[in-house]
Amino acid sequence: MAAVDTIAAGEPAAGPAQGRPRRGAGRRDGFTPWRWLILVLAGVYFLIPLYAALRFAGWGSFGSVIHQSGFTDALGLSVRLAVITTVITLALMLPTAVYVHLRLPRLRRLLEGITILPIVIPPVVLIVGLLQVAPGFLKGTSYLLALEYVVLAMPFAYRSIDAGLRSFDLKTLVEASNSLGAGWSSTLRRVVLPNLTTALLSATVLTVALVLGEYTMASLDLYQTFPVWIVVFDQTSGPISVAASLLALFVTWLFLLAITMLGGRQARRTGGGEVALFSVARRDTGRTS
Amino acid sequence: MDELVAAEAPEFLSDSGAPGGPGAAVAAARGLRRMAGVVPFGVYMALGLGAPLVAVAIGAFQSPNGGFTLSNVRIATHGEYLHGFAQSIELSVVAAVLPGILGLLIAYSIWTARRGSILRQVAVTASGVFANFGGVPLAFLFIATLGSSGLATRWLTDLGFNPYQHGFSLYSLSGVIVVYMYFQIPLMVLVILPALEGLRPAWREAAANMGARTWQYWRYVGGPVLMPSFLGCVLLLFGSSLSAYATAQAMDSGIALTPIQIGTFLNGNVVAGQQNVGKALGLGMVIIIAIAMGIYVVLQRRSARWLQ
Repeated sequence: MAAVDTIAAGEPAAGPAQGRPRRGAGRRDGFTPWRWLILVLAGVYFLIPLYAALRFAGWGSFGSVIHQSGFTDALGLSVRLAVITTVITLALMLPTAVYVHLRLPRLRRLLEGITILPIVIPPVVLIVGLLQVAPGFLKGTSYLLALEYVVLAMPFAYRSIDAGLRSFDLKTLVEASNSLGAGWSSTLRRVVLPNLTTALLSATVLTVALVLGEYTMASLDLYQTFPVWIVVFDQTSGPISVAASLLALFVTWLFLLAITMLGGRQARRTGGGEVALFSVARRDTGRTS
Repeated sequence: MDELVAAEAPEFLSDSGAPGGPGAAVAAARGLRRMAGVVPFGVYMALGLGAPLVAVAIGAFQSPNGGFTLSNVRIATHGEYLHGFAQSIELSVVAAVLPGILGLLIAYSIWTARRGSILRQVAVTASGVFANFGGVPLAFLFIATLGSSGLATRWLTDLGFNPYQHGFSLYSLSGVIVVYMYFQIPLMVLVILPALEGLRPAWREAAANMGARTWQYWRYVGGPVLMPSFLGCVLLLFGSSLSAYATAQAMDSGIALTPIQIGTFLNGNVVAGQQNVGKALGLGMVIIIAIAMGIYVVLQRRSARWLQ
């Protein structure tokens, strides 16, 4: 009872929805015209610049993007950074989030507070300080960039995993697993991870998207990642540079869409959560609160 | 970061240590062992987040030869740099509040769509992509759209309204705000959606059963419940536009903004003896963020009290 009270009084808006009835059953207001108006206006604002850029680039530019000098190197560097960052981020955040949920629930608030910091602290300030304190053996390598991207990706990774952990009864499942004689690694691998697939997917996608788009730190640390290359190549050919950035935008978006749909299918099968990018909302499981 | 974790420990211990149970030392040892699980995370954040900030703070008070000085801070709070702070704050406030309100409206429209519907999936994933969009690509999108010979500018001119003859310019503060909204609105949609999920339909039904009209529901139930999250999200948007570097740099609008000024110092274009002014500027940005977060905490407390 106490726990229910804390949830109800402490964080009425932060927690995922519980017991939302099926659409149409309880909701009286349908999809009224003004909502359409908002969405259409938003669509206009977001699509017209894309259309203008498409016309500026011209169709021919899209085919020739991959043949440009420096393209492969820049994309390769960005992909390598994305892989390293994702691996470290998940290895660091998954055990921490699980541990805090099981053993230190009181720290959750504090951790949520910490996860805000990398979003609001300007990267330009971080890179200034980082180049000051980084040990020499890291300074000359791109690994420093990957290590710092972990800090930038941490909010998104933590929030995805945290929301995923809230979407099922972790404690009961772990206790059940332990009482059946499973060790920690076995519990983690066979009980916790399968329930977190969607959350981990969304954490991965957000991390990859962040690394592939990060410009500030990379450019000030003098590494030619993909976004930096786009800027540099703009000197050579404006239309091709625009085409490259549009291409990156569409590819990332298709990627996200595919993973959301995959997550939705998995959620229907297992009763898990829906990917909402920043959180995984609890599906209606008939529980009341 | 370590201090924060340690400061939390006693509170936790007083909770877990059973009264009259094992001695305080045993309880403390157990509490410390429990903390071991978050040590890797704490250490990583201390090194990756804490150490650079401390270095910036120390550097802000160092002269080029390492001695203590206040001249960096003095330079950073005068003239063009003071102007940069003022414009950065002005830009960030507008580019947080406006997208905050618009993003809330859009998020609500998305939220009312059926879960798992195409509209919702497309809108949510698109928000994820656009929220990370910025820099030269974004600048180019808008130069092609709202530049003096851009597509939308030409359309508007054909309709008899040339925005450039009515005081608008893509390279003015209002122009930069329009550009920033392109990633701020999706960011708002992303971060406010989970809060909308927290609005229980049962509350709406209860309000309706008691005869509340829609505006009354929003005034007395939905609004107060959403307020803390809304304020938190707007604060996040403020931080995001304050730190935006790539887009501002790519726009190259000539507006003095603090992140650009810091970047100039890092690129080495500095007057001799002023190498550490960039760090003083960085410290200034961190202080602005800290003040904004303080205001947020106060507002949130007040709205929490209002809720009870």
